Amino acid sequence: MLNLLSDTVALSRLQFALTAIFHMLWPVLTTGMAIYLVIIEGLWLKTQDLDYYRHARFWSKLYVLNFGIGVASGLPMAFQFGLNWAPFSESVGDFFGTVLGFEGTMAFMLEASFLGIMLFGWDRVPPWVHWISTILVAFGANLSTFWILSANSWLQTPAGGEFVNGKFVVQDYFQAIANPFMVKSFLHMFFATLETSLFVIGGISAWYIINQRHTAFFARSLKVVLALAIAIAPLQIFIGHLSAEQVYHYQPAKLAAMEAQWDTVPAGQPADWSLVALPNDRAERNTWEVKIPGALSYLLELKPKLDQPIQGLKAWEPKNRPHMVGLIYYSFRIMVAIGLFLAALMFITTIQWLRGQLSAATIGQQKWLMGAWIFAAPLGYIAVETGWIVRCVGRQPWIVYGELRTLESASNLPAGEVLFSLVGLTSMYSVFFVMALYFGSRIVRKGPNLELPAPRTSSQTAMGLEPAQHGPDQRPAEAQQ
Amino acid sequence: MEPLQPLQQFLPQVWFCILGLFLFLYVLLDGFDLGVGILSLTASSEERRSILMTSLGNVWDANETWLILMGGSLFGAFPLAYATILNALYLPAVVMVVGLIFRAVSFEFRENADNKLVWNVLFGVGSFLAALGQGFSLGSVFEGIQVDAAGHFSGGIWDWLTWRSTLVALTLVQGYVLIGSTYLILKTSGELQKTHYRTATIATWTTLIGALFITVSTPFLSDQARAQLFTTPLIYIFGLIPVLGLLLVGLLLRSLKRQEEVTPLIYTFLIFCLSFIGLGFVIFPNIIPPSVTIYEAAAAPSSLVFMLTFIGFLIPVVLSYNIYNYVVFRGKIVDDTHGAS
Ligand code: HDD
Ligand code: HEM
Ligand code: HEM
Repeated sequence: MLNLLSDTVALSRLQFALTAIFHMLWPVLTTGMAIYLVIIEGLWLKTQDLDYYRHARFWSKLYVLNFGIGVASGLPMAFQFGLNWAPFSESVGDFFGTVLGFEGTMAFMLEASFLGIMLFGWDRVPPWVHWISTILVAFGANLSTFWILSANSWLQTPAGGEFVNGKFVVQDYFQAIANPFMVKSFLHMFFATLETSLFVIGGISAWYIINQRHTAFFARSLKVVLALAIAIAPLQIFIGHLSAEQVYHYQPAKLAAMEAQWDTVPAGQPADWSLVALPNDRAERNTWEVKIPGALSYLLELKPKLDQPIQGLKAWEPKNRPHMVGLIYYSFRIMVAIGLFLAALMFITTIQWLRGQLSAATIGQQKWLMGAWIFAAPLGYIAVETGWIVRCVGRQPWIVYGELRTLESASNLPAGEVLFSLVGLTSMYSVFFVMALYFGSRIVRKGPNLELPAPRTSSQTAMGLEPAQHGPDQRPAEAQQ
Repeated sequence: MEPLQPLQQFLPQVWFCILGLFLFLYVLLDGFDLGVGILSLTASSEERRSILMTSLGNVWDANETWLILMGGSLFGAFPLAYATILNALYLPAVVMVVGLIFRAVSFEFRENADNKLVWNVLFGVGSFLAALGQGFSLGSVFEGIQVDAAGHFSGGIWDWLTWRSTLVALTLVQGYVLIGSTYLILKTSGELQKTHYRTATIATWTTLIGALFITVSTPFLSDQARAQLFTTPLIYIFGLIPVLGLLLVGLLLRSLKRQEEVTPLIYTFLIFCLSFIGLGFVIFPNIIPPSVTIYEAAAAPSSLVFMLTFIGFLIPVVLSYNIYNYVVFRGKIVDDTHGAS
């Protein structure tokens, strides 16, 4: 313990992990739910049914709460590379910094500027301009996912140049951006935010339905969710599978940790898939485990016997392989279990839908099903966090895989200084987390305003170039009553 | 040292200007944002405070994003400067970040809270801390950061705290209050507007005093600045800036006295612009004063070109949709939901 408190690298890592894990909680909704908002607003424009408009207004209250904390917790991320990882920043800045610069100019600015119109502009711009603003917000958010995942994938599979005297010299920027991990990792993350948001919206809708509040209104959002999730939940499992394959290919040590596989399985042999295990880092073996014979060879290569060996952790010296194997192993299993559960839930719900059990009149009787949806609401977050733990902790001891060690990348700061910021951020984040849950549940308990009239924009305010009134606290007008 | 190729000279200079532009826009825009935040601490009623908050509602996030732009582009264009400066300024940077976090979070929480007091205070305090952190950072960059031969930070953790950086920090806070006040003059009416004519006048004087101290002490205290400034033709520019500055301050005070609505903000912007140009001349060609130049800290030319092609053409686009945002929400904030909260 005392060692930790005086170890700058460990403290910096702890701080990075903490801030990343906390930050990650909020963009999930701001990227995923934005797409939902685009769809629901589009449905309003198409059908002119005011309930869709009210849906847009209601969900955007939760949206903006997340957004604020997302921005707040993103700020330390942007500066942390320089603050705590100065040698890293200097070494890879030519590429990594470029990408972060792109993210800011292309994505964050777009998102932040049109957010104002999206939230407060209902009465100031015509509906179609508003819809375009919503689309641009969603586009900006997802573009930022793209850039940050390109940067992170590059840390996993550095490409497009080489390290010369510890500094990364870029030869081909496009190759570096489109590094081997980029496409699949981005897709996996894109669908992760979308899937999580859908199940959050679905879960909250189910809560209203179970409590018999606005049943017809929320049966509608549940169906929009379902219509999207039918495709996305299975797709996410498939892309997750592709992610595992690319890990197997490019980062065998990580795969070995994900599977708690200590000994190498040679080619031509079946590989067992471990269901539960108790990995022991020091003894370099699992204290006990339950395996499904042959399953891993099917998962990775769709064959009973492997074409390529699966290297065990012991194939690397301890200083060249990830530790905390248990964390990686269980994080991976939790994510996969959640992915399967969400797909199953979606499947059962679809069957009930086809059987006509989800109409406004009958949906209230689906107590178990609605209960399961409520249970599913937070699961996406857990999957996202555990996914990142697999990805980042599994990459250790490298900060740039195979090239730059985490140990050599931390700023040479006095430990006390890092401890100060770590303690400060931790205590702030704990308070904010609790408050966000409190205010979020308040918004939900208060519910939507079903009397909300259509926005006041008339045709002569085309593009919003006529001044309109701008009153205080105009954030969701219905919150005012 | 080998003579620099024209391209190796030109590209870092372009990026120095772009970063200057981002920083300038940030200071201007988030400046009024933070200023309004600090002023909100003095608002006499919840009603007034919610008018102040509304004046920021649609812009605070975009304004803050200029800082992210600046950080990201600095990281890409001058990785060494990004690493060394942040390393040296760990504490003030953390204070700034904490302040900005307070602001963002309390802005959202306040909307939903019954008891707004905590969040109001946190918003104001956050604004103040952020401004202070920025002031100290600016002050100590201005004064110089101790580095070794490779350009890595080699000073101590309290290096940023000197009487001159304190002076810069306090002056910047005053400057933000000044822009905040002139912005509110534009956006409000009646009693609230009158209050801000007063705060603007006070802030003009306090900012002026701080700025005078800084200007006068710069050539005396820093050898580098002296060498830099007293070589012609910079001496003329350096001579011109205070004169123009004083002129603008005079115009500003006059417009405040005449209770004009738009001109105070414009004069304030111009004053900031002028100080920025002055600052740029003192620092250039360094990026980590007093010894690391932009040429030494720059990323590879290919990197700078690559960034320029993608970021350069976006700058006008980004500017235009930011302006559109201000156009959509222009006009006074009226208290039409009186007593609603
Ligand atoms: C899902 C994808 C995703 C991931 C993996 C990350 N972020 Fe993030 N980030 C976003 C998606 C996002 C976002 C959705 O685009 C946010 C949330 C609210 C917002 O304005 O943008 C955001 C906000 C945000 C901000 C504030 C932007 C602003 O003021 O508008 C910064 C500086 C960062 N992030 C930086 C990072 C860094 C350095 C990360 C990596 C360690 C990171 N983010 C992971
Ligand atoms: C996409 C953007 C991301 C980038 C560029 C990124 C990059 C990094 C970097 C540079 C570190 C350095 C510290 C270290 O290696 O110990 C790290 C560690 C870490 N990150 Fe990520 N990360 C990203 C997203 C995330 C997210 C969203 C999470 C969690 C939800 C996360 C979880 C972690 C954890 C747990 C560590 C600590 C690993 C350890 O020290 O053992 N990361 N990451
Ligand atoms: C059966 C289903 C799933 C499988 C097989 C799977 C597989 C994987 C693998 C192997 C990784 C590590 C990639 C790396 O280290 O480079 C990963 C990462 C990740 N997973 Fe999953 N996953 C599944 C479901 C999910 C679900 C349901 C979510 C969230 C809703 C999710 C969110 C993530 C995230 C956010 C990451 C880190 C970022 C990334 O690699 O894109 N996963 N997943």
